[in-house]
Amino acid sequence: MIRHDYSRVDPKRRANIHHNKKQFAKAEFQQQTYEHRLNYYDVPPTAEITLEEFETWAINRLKVLSELEACSFRNRSQDETAEYMTNILAKHLPLRSNSSRGQNLQEERKKDHYSHFILRLAFSSTEDLRRRFSRLETALFRLRFKSDDLKERKEWVSTLNLEWEEVGDAEKAEISKQLAAAGNMKKEDDQEWFKVDWERVPELVDQRRVFLKRGKAYVPQKEQLSLVVAEFTKRLDEALELTARALPRLDEDDRLAPILAHLSQSFTAPDAAYTSSDASIDGLSTITSGAIDSLATNFPLCMQSLHNKLRADSHLKHYGRLQYTLFLKGIGLSLEECIIFWRRSFKLMTDDKFQKEYKYNIRHAYGDVGGDSNRRGRGYSPYSCQKILTEPLPGPGQSHGCPYRTFTQDNLMTMLQRTGINDRDLLKTIKEDVTKQRYHVACNRVFEHAHRKEIKKVKDDGSWTSNDLDTIVHPNTYFKRSWLLKHLGEGNAGMVNGKGEQMEM
Amino acid sequence: MPHSISPESSHTMSQVDTIKSEEQTQDISMADAPSPAAPEADSVKVNLEDLFDDDDSDQEFASSAPQVKSEEDPSQLSQPAAPLNVTSKSTYSDPDIMRAFYQRLFPFRHLFQWLNHSATPTNDFAHREFAFTLPNDAYLRYQSFATADLFRKQCLAQIPSRFEIGPVYSANPRDRKTLRQASSFRPLTKELVFDIDMTDYDDIRTCCTGASICHKCWAFITMAIKVLDVALRDDFGFKHILWVYSGRRGAHAWVCDKRARELDDSRRRSIAGYFELLKGGDQGGKRVNVRHPLHPHLERSLDTLKEHFHTSILLEQDPWVEEKAEHLLNLLPDATLKAALQKKWDSSPSRPSVSKWADINALATAGALSNTKTGPRELLEAREDIVLEYTYPRLDAEVSKKLNHLLKSPFVIHPGTGRVCVPIDTRKVEDFDPLGVPTVTQLLAEINEWKGGDVKEDGKKIHDWEKTSLKPYVDFFAVFVAGLLKDEKTGVKREREEGGDPMELF
Ligand SMILES: [Zn+2]
Repeated sequence: MIRHDYSRVDPKRRANIHHNKKQFAKAEFQQQTYEHRLNYYDVPPTAEITLEEFETWAINRLKVLSELEACSFRNRSQDETAEYMTNILAKHLPLRSNSSRGQNLQEERKKDHYSHFILRLAFSSTEDLRRRFSRLETALFRLRFKSDDLKERKEWVSTLNLEWEEVGDAEKAEISKQLAAAGNMKKEDDQEWFKVDWERVPELVDQRRVFLKRGKAYVPQKEQLSLVVAEFTKRLDEALELTARALPRLDEDDRLAPILAHLSQSFTAPDAAYTSSDASIDGLSTITSGAIDSLATNFPLCMQSLHNKLRADSHLKHYGRLQYTLFLKGIGLSLEECIIFWRRSFKLMTDDKFQKEYKYNIRHAYGDVGGDSNRRGRGYSPYSCQKILTEPLPGPGQSHGCPYRTFTQDNLMTMLQRTGINDRDLLKTIKEDVTKQRYHVACNRVFEHAHRKEIKKVKDDGSWTSNDLDTIVHPNTYFKRSWLLKHLGEGNAGMVNGKGEQMEM
Repeated sequence: MPHSISPESSHTMSQVDTIKSEEQTQDISMADAPSPAAPEADSVKVNLEDLFDDDDSDQEFASSAPQVKSEEDPSQLSQPAAPLNVTSKSTYSDPDIMRAFYQRLFPFRHLFQWLNHSATPTNDFAHREFAFTLPNDAYLRYQSFATADLFRKQCLAQIPSRFEIGPVYSANPRDRKTLRQASSFRPLTKELVFDIDMTDYDDIRTCCTGASICHKCWAFITMAIKVLDVALRDDFGFKHILWVYSGRRGAHAWVCDKRARELDDSRRRSIAGYFELLKGGDQGGKRVNVRHPLHPHLERSLDTLKEHFHTSILLEQDPWVEEKAEHLLNLLPDATLKAALQKKWDSSPSRPSVSKWADINALATAGALSNTKTGPRELLEAREDIVLEYTYPRLDAEVSKKLNHLLKSPFVIHPGTGRVCVPIDTRKVEDFDPLGVPTVTQLLAEINEWKGGDVKEDGKKIHDWEKTSLKPYVDFFAVFVAGLLKDEKTGVKREREEGGDPMELF
């Protein structure tokens, strides 16, 4: 058997893979056996693998994580996600239970174990990557935990040593009413309850799903998932921090570094949906502040909503301003014109106040001022749908965010009708989308409806490929595509001055 | 004129605060917004999110009253020993007034102990970030001080119009650029903080608008303090909670327990989520959608808030007069009932809110409820949700979620009102009168009027603040800090015992 690409990672270098040298020293060259399917990844891998395995396994896992991220972005429910992921997991990263009597259980678990640690290395370099990696690994773990064989899961949990204090019968009786109300269950439900420091179950605290007393959270057995998952995240976050600190030493390895760099890059890409090409639109001449009112007919609902609010109140609160400024930057409005736009829009404001408190922020958004990195990056990127959908909901008086998510159904319907969507069936479908939290699906539906004639035309004459019409995941893509479709055949006809304004009236 | 001191200046109940901003203050300036002409590199290194972060307590900056220069000779005023001549023409924003404030009134020593958690200087203080706002509006971040005295010196040299307190960092904030690795400069601990501001109540507040407040709307803040304080203690087990008047129309809470200071962002977010009840913005319609039976925290809050609802909301805010009754109807569950109410109210639109509230139950029991769908239970739950919507605390949650968020220090002067940001005693929270909080000019005048000599019976020097109405607030703060330090000390001792070197046993 030819194993010419077999590269023994020498012990010195392998030690660099994990900060904990001691563990390596003891376990060198040792093949691990995996008794359980689930893994907290507390112990780093110790056996040798080939460079090819190193890369393939990592890419497989990356594929799984990317798909998971896509699910959360499409607002798939947990059940829908589980269903969607079944095939993907089976293909790229199978992990079966003992009871399945699979042939390659040890191989599967080894691959799972190693690929996790490889990606840890690749994604520990920046805070942003670490947070994303931790979020997705947690989602993957949750998925597997829920689908695990009940008996095997129990056995595995019992090995974890989670230090839960059981709530005694006397105390349980004393606070039964509170326990039931917090856990949303009937009083008669006899449950085991555990007491833990509330910090260990932040998720449950956040959603008020546990009773809190003097710093202890009373967690019902059925919420065990939360506890185990929270612990998983906690350990992973700590480990990532440590890996990040140990990372610089790894740069010396000339074989692993490029692979890791490549992995982390392909992980970064999907979210950076905005490209500067969105700002250069054939046929659209330089945008002036005065043109925004007419261009607004091509804006997605989120930006139209901000625009209307701005016109109605002559003001926008901060997050709305930020979201809108970045979008305008994204459609190609220059800094100078953007300042003029805001200055004129804030009709009730003194010049002095505007200059003092607002202008700087606009310049900052454009990267005209601020620290080196802000200037170098030309300010912030225009927000993607994902960013907008995952921002905190608007509070009183605020109007940022995605209207499909933040508006009540009635207000959403009113707003859609105001923009000319009157098709009853469509409005009904949108209601369904929104109920199922498929906000961006609703938005794409509205787009397709509003541009149905134009889309048919470009499809029929073959001037646009299906790639040009894929799902919109960025407000700036929405604008670009909408504008182009509404100006088919006009070539360099220039700005739509006048024409657009008439439409607005 | 605003801010002037007259002997008769005493506030009466429901008197609207005379300190109103000139401009529409619905509109808000940015927290941490550096002036474009900021003189130092520090002051421009602010991230974008911060820049767009409206902090309502800051907006008053822009709208602060015109600066009236003292007519006295400034050289005479700047002499520390000479009695400061406070006249009716003096204003709080006068640099001499501010200098005198830092020199004679600001409780530096107590502030130092509060943040230092010990009598001798530690990194808890030395690595703590302060951010100064200078009289020219320049904003200096990453200031830090080894001792209380150095801190005081810089305040006297720069006379900040106010300053904010940030986290304790892993290294001295002033050295952050010389550190080899960026990651070795990171925030470690900070008090868990909360910010309640009246702006968030503007959609249900009828008595005042913008920056003005009166005793009626202060009730919103009182209710919020009561609800949060008990939850922080009973639910989360925190003990050292300092409430501070923000100087105009809100309050801040500083949870100082070690356990709170060490919370990471995700835990802070989860506490903010625990307290958050109102969802959705102006377009959001019904904004309270909670599970019934209520979570114990909400149940307890509701019990407290119910007591205030009748007087503070129905009678004093009267929120559903005329066409505003529409919103109340929107919050009710039953179409038949709504129609009946609508009819009744349309015929007498000026019917007071308290009667309209009573109408709901009256009509429901009289059979207006279409008993097919809605039972009395649904109606009761809807009514509970309404009480919560109008009374439950509305937090500026972003302030609480981040370890490295800065918050205005206690005891600084609010630039818009001249009032001192004094602590609020929660045992007497109902008695707290924001309009009776002393202003800086008033306090300086009190020093001048002091007739009691400079030495106490026990021979100790009487501090200037002891001669003024600031004394009870500083005394309260001192007791608070002492309590914190005591727990801190036993905590350290326990840690030492538990983690002690086993070798010592031999
Ligand atoms: Zn009022």
